Amino acid sequence: MNPDVKIKITDRNGVLHEIEAPTDMAMNLMEVVRSYELAPEGTIGICGGMAMCASCQCYVNSDHALPEMGIDEDMMLAEAFHVEDNSRLGCQIQITPEMDGLEVELAPES
Amino acid sequence: MITTDILIIGAGPTGLFTVFEAGLLKLRCHLIDALPQPGGQCSEIYPKKPIYDIPAYPEILAGDLTGKLLEQIKQFEPGFTLGERAETINKQEDGSFIVTTNKGTKHQAPIIAIAGGLGSFEPRKPPIPNIANFEDKGVEYMIREPELYRDKNVVIAGGGDSALDWSIYLSDIAKSVTLVHRRNEFRGALDSVDKVQELKDAKKINLITPAEIKEITGKDNITGVVISKKGEEDYILETDHFIPLFGLAPKLGPIANWGLEIEKNAIKVNNALDYQTNIPGIYAIGDVNTYPGKLKLILCGFHEATLMCQSAFQRIFPDKKYVMKYTTVGGVDGFDGTRKEAPKAVVKKIE
Repeated sequence: MNPDVKIKITDRNGVLHEIEAPTDMAMNLMEVVRSYELAPEGTIGICGGMAMCASCQCYVNSDHALPEMGIDEDMMLAEAFHVEDNSRLGCQIQITPEMDGLEVELAPES
Repeated sequence: MITTDILIIGAGPTGLFTVFEAGLLKLRCHLIDALPQPGGQCSEIYPKKPIYDIPAYPEILAGDLTGKLLEQIKQFEPGFTLGERAETINKQEDGSFIVTTNKGTKHQAPIIAIAGGLGSFEPRKPPIPNIANFEDKGVEYMIREPELYRDKNVVIAGGGDSALDWSIYLSDIAKSVTLVHRRNEFRGALDSVDKVQELKDAKKINLITPAEIKEITGKDNITGVVISKKGEEDYILETDHFIPLFGLAPKLGPIANWGLEIEKNAIKVNNALDYQTNIPGIYAIGDVNTYPGKLKLILCGFHEATLMCQSAFQRIFPDKKYVMKYTTVGGVDGFDGTRKEAPKAVVKKIE
């Protein structure tokens, strides 16, 4: 069985990327974006994935059942900029088989 | 003018450990950091978080790692220029460099070690369209001089510790303090949250939540802010100052204009040899550098700092013979006159 899922990511320049992300590497969405270099190094995942910056903020445009927001993510988004109702931190979204077909858009750098 | 052997830009773990390795070679160090305290990201972003890949520490909190490094380098008496950002670099005729900070402090050294991590931490500026027009005309992103706000109307935005703590502090000084936050909940320390609640009840802090500031009004100087509160119509709140406190984010900043080769927001170095940049005498170590196979790990920064110091020694003393000595064998002689050494073997005869 192919352990990869297909994900659509729109980068900060509006370019759509259809990529395959592994479900067996304990990766989160922020790390997937970095592994495909869809945002320049140093502009995403600055805190390393601790939900302590908001550099991996993204807008989720598909109605996937995502993991519930933890308190750290919730409070970080309360202070981030360009936040919308569908904002999430990519570092808090693990790539699992349920994420197949996920569509997200990276929030502007701030 | 501050003079030293190695001028280190960035007082994070890599920069701090450089002081130790340089000290073993009898080279003195001075560090510049934009933050008011040493430790870099370890003290600014995640001091209470554990790290599990520092060799010989199964677990150590980032803040404790900073403390241990400061203890380890104490005898080498490093100098610090804190709360200032390295701004310009000028090469001198004798081959040394003069680095000047944003506050005009000058430092001269034959060797520059850039250990700048992801860059210097700058306040995060909210995306309010006309905010740039009012910077230093009533809009301040950090509080330098609290007396500036005496008997003035102040609006603070943010939901973390600094927004809460400054609201509390200024409630005694300012004419009025208004705290605006997008949520009803605050992320700060419990004590601060309770104190703000108390001051709100006593009508000493005007709390507006959940709300956001959409615009700034005024001609030359700020006269008010447009507040957008959920379920209400936007309105103007008159104020003399607006202080957005949304934490800090690292930016490579002025170093990017020093003529160094930059790739992926990092400085390219020669990893086959000594982590020197394209400018001889300027090294880049830790998270700020890049080379094939680079990993942004503290432990890699330590290694890079060690090799870099050996190369720096050879640049400063090209004709001196030297071989690396183990600290267990040579001990550690501090510039403060202290000496650490392995205890001598005890010899005793058995009758």
